[in-house]
Parts: sequence; structure tokens; C-alpha cells
Amino acid sequence: MITYLLCFVLFLVGLFGVLTKRNIIKIVIGLMIMELSLFLFFALIGYVDSGVAPIIVKNMGKVKFVDPLPQAIVLTAIVIGLATNAMLMAIAIRLYKKYNTFDIRKINSLKG
Amino acid sequence: MTPIVKKVTQLVVGLIFLYGIYIITHGHLTPGGGFAGGAVIAGSFILLVLAYGSDVLKLRKREEGSSVVESTGIFIFLALAFGALFIGTGIFFTNYLPKGVIGELVSAGTIPLYNIAVGIEVAAALFTIFLALVIYKEEVLK
Amino acid sequence: MEITLSIIIVFMILGAIYALNAKDLLSALISCGIVGYGLVICFLLLQAPDLAIVQIVVETITLVIMVAVVLSSSREELKEKAVVTVDGVSYIHQRYLINVILVVVFALFLLYFFKESIYTLNHLGEHVTRMSTAYIDKAAQQTGSANLVTGVVFDFRGYDTLGEATILFTAVIGILTILRAKGRK
Repeated sequence: MITYLLCFVLFLVGLFGVLTKRNIIKIVIGLMIMELSLFLFFALIGYVDSGVAPIIVKNMGKVKFVDPLPQAIVLTAIVIGLATNAMLMAIAIRLYKKYNTFDIRKINSLKG
Repeated sequence: MTPIVKKVTQLVVGLIFLYGIYIITHGHLTPGGGFAGGAVIAGSFILLVLAYGSDVLKLRKREEGSSVVESTGIFIFLALAFGALFIGTGIFFTNYLPKGVIGELVSAGTIPLYNIAVGIEVAAALFTIFLALVIYKEEVLK
Repeated sequence: MEITLSIIIVFMILGAIYALNAKDLLSALISCGIVGYGLVICFLLLQAPDLAIVQIVVETITLVIMVAVVLSSSREELKEKAVVTVDGVSYIHQRYLINVILVVVFALFLLYFFKESIYTLNHLGEHVTRMSTAYIDKAAQQTGSANLVTGVVFDFRGYDTLGEATILFTAVIGILTILRAKGRK
């Protein structure tokens, strides 16, 4: 149970970064930490005691396999996380060019 | 970059590319698959651009080439999925080629072909993202 | 196994806390790498080699992109004031207090739902999802592949892979549109 609780604490650290920081790069780092904690939680759910990786080898006896379904879910989610972070960095480049700062409290002019 | 970095890159880039192709094509026998192999191939191209610089490699000022390769990858994926409608049973997106013996290289129906298509697409997409954000952003930040 | 995993997750938490409070943006990015590479060790201990390969390469590419963006713009981090002195008496700054109260409220709110859901999970290593026995028994025969994770990703859950390819394509189009120079007239 303690590993699930520590995973939740990592999620809260990422949430603290998204809610309270002023710099856009720190907000993106907080979002990355939240995503990584979720990947860890999914991998923890699928673990079986004294299980091996789910690959069939020739002349194998009767072994216990780890659950393959959470691994399939996380495999897709990692690449999607990279695409989202890259898009946020493109927006950050555009904002720096126009306002010359990364501070979100100075980015407040509505006109174009 | 210093000459040591350039020389080591020259020796190692081909081996990384070959390792990525091995991970993609043996995706149904060993750990790996399309996504892992595509990311490793993109890593080898990124290493080449970072070590030598973009003006030595004579990169053009637009990302046309890698965008075309990415579109080709996803087009092959869709063509295989629609092939299930016409060739095999009448259901979209099933596994319709013959499944051989478990453990051979040529087995598991359409799964190796899907692995190759996804590998090409992921490698070209990651390389396009890198070129647009790192090399060509000077056109925006002028 | 639980003790080893707990030690590694404690290191990840310490790295994450430093990454959000660093004075220099480059140090913050390097500390973000601690969390990513610690996750690779956790994946290897949990018997998931596919995830470890993908995570290590994707984390490296993400760090390269972010360091390139930060080095070409500004590296400084803006200072926040915690204690304000007015007429010799020091008060706590108003924004700092609102931040702390907001985070504590969110944490208690989420902790209630976390406690409700954790009662349905067994200890680490004994939880069995409902579909796991059906997938493990039938995946090798029905798909023909020796790697069960690849069989599940491309055959049983094939629509998820189709959606992921679409999302990657859309993200590349979005980035090229955002960074375009002035359009044609």
C-alpha cells in the first residue's frame, strides 16, 4: 500500500507546480511530473508476485506472467505525452517572441 | 563540436540505426515493437544533426522530406487496415494473413507489417518535431 | 520488492521537489531528468522491458528539445516574496498565503477520493484484473505472436493504436502551424 501512497504524493508535487508557479517552463515541468506518476501507478497495478515478463520462449515450463493489459495502455500514453509537451514548448517559443518574458502575469494584452 | 564527438558519431550512428531496425522487425518475438524502434531510429538522426550542425549537412530551410515520409507511413497503415475489408473477411481492421508457427520470424499475420508502418511514422514524426523546434525556430525568433 | 521500489520513489519525489524550486531553469530541467530515469529503473523492476525502452528514448528527446528552447531564450527564474516588512512588522505576503491554502484544499479533496478507491485494491502483487487470465490464455493462439504485449496492442486493442497514430500526426501539423512565419497574402 505504501507504494500507491508515494505515487499519489508525486502526483501532488506535480499539481503544486502547475497551480502555483509563475514561469511557463515550470508549469510544463509540473505537467510532466504528473504524467510520469500516472505511468508508474498503472505499471504497479499490473504486477504479480514472482511473475516474469510476458514473452513466450521455447521449452518453457509453467510460469506466472505479469499482466500485459496495463503495459499496452502505458505504451501508447508515453508517446502521446511527448507530443503534448512538444506542442506546449512551441506555444512558449511564440509567447517569448512577442512579450520577451516567460512570466504569465505580464502576458495579458488581449489584442493581437 | 569537438573532433572527438564528430569521430565517435561517425562510427556509431550506423550501428544505432541497425539496432532500431532490429527492434522493429523482431517486435513479435522479443520486447520492443513499433514505438520503441521508431524512437531509436529518430534518436540516431538527431545525434547526427546535433554533432555536425545543420549547415554542414546542407539541410534545406523547410521540413518537406520528413513530412512526406511520415504521411507515407500512416498511409501504409490505413491501406493495410482497409485491406481487411476487401481481401479477408468482411470486417475492418482484423488479422487476416495466415498465422504460422509461434516463434518464427514470418508469423503472426499482419502484425510485423503494422510494426514497420508504425515504426516509420513515429521516427519521421519525432524527427520533424525536433527540426521544427530546435533548428528552424530562428526564423521565428528573428 | 516493495522496499526497493519505495526507496526509488522517495528519490524521485526529492528530485521533483528540487526541480520546481530551483533558481536556474537549466538546473530545473536536469532535475526533471532524475524523475524520468528513475522511472526507467522502476519499469525494469516491475518486469516491463517494452516500457523501459520507450521511456528512456522519449525522455532523452524531451530533455534535448527543452534545453535547446531554454538556452536560446532566458535562463533566469523570477523571484517570489514570502515575507513582507511594512513599518517594522513583517507579514506573510498575500499571494504566498493563497497559494498554500489552495494546494492544501486540493490535496484534501483528492485524498478523500484516493482513500475510497484504495480500499478496492489488494496489496502490491496480488491484484488481478478481470481480463488478465483471458488475455494470457488466448493471446498466443489467437494472434500468433510470442510477445503478448505486441499481440494485445496491435490485435486485441488495435483501435487504440490507430488513435495514437492520428494524435501524433495531428500534433506535428499543429506544431508546424504554430511556428509558421507570417502567412502569404
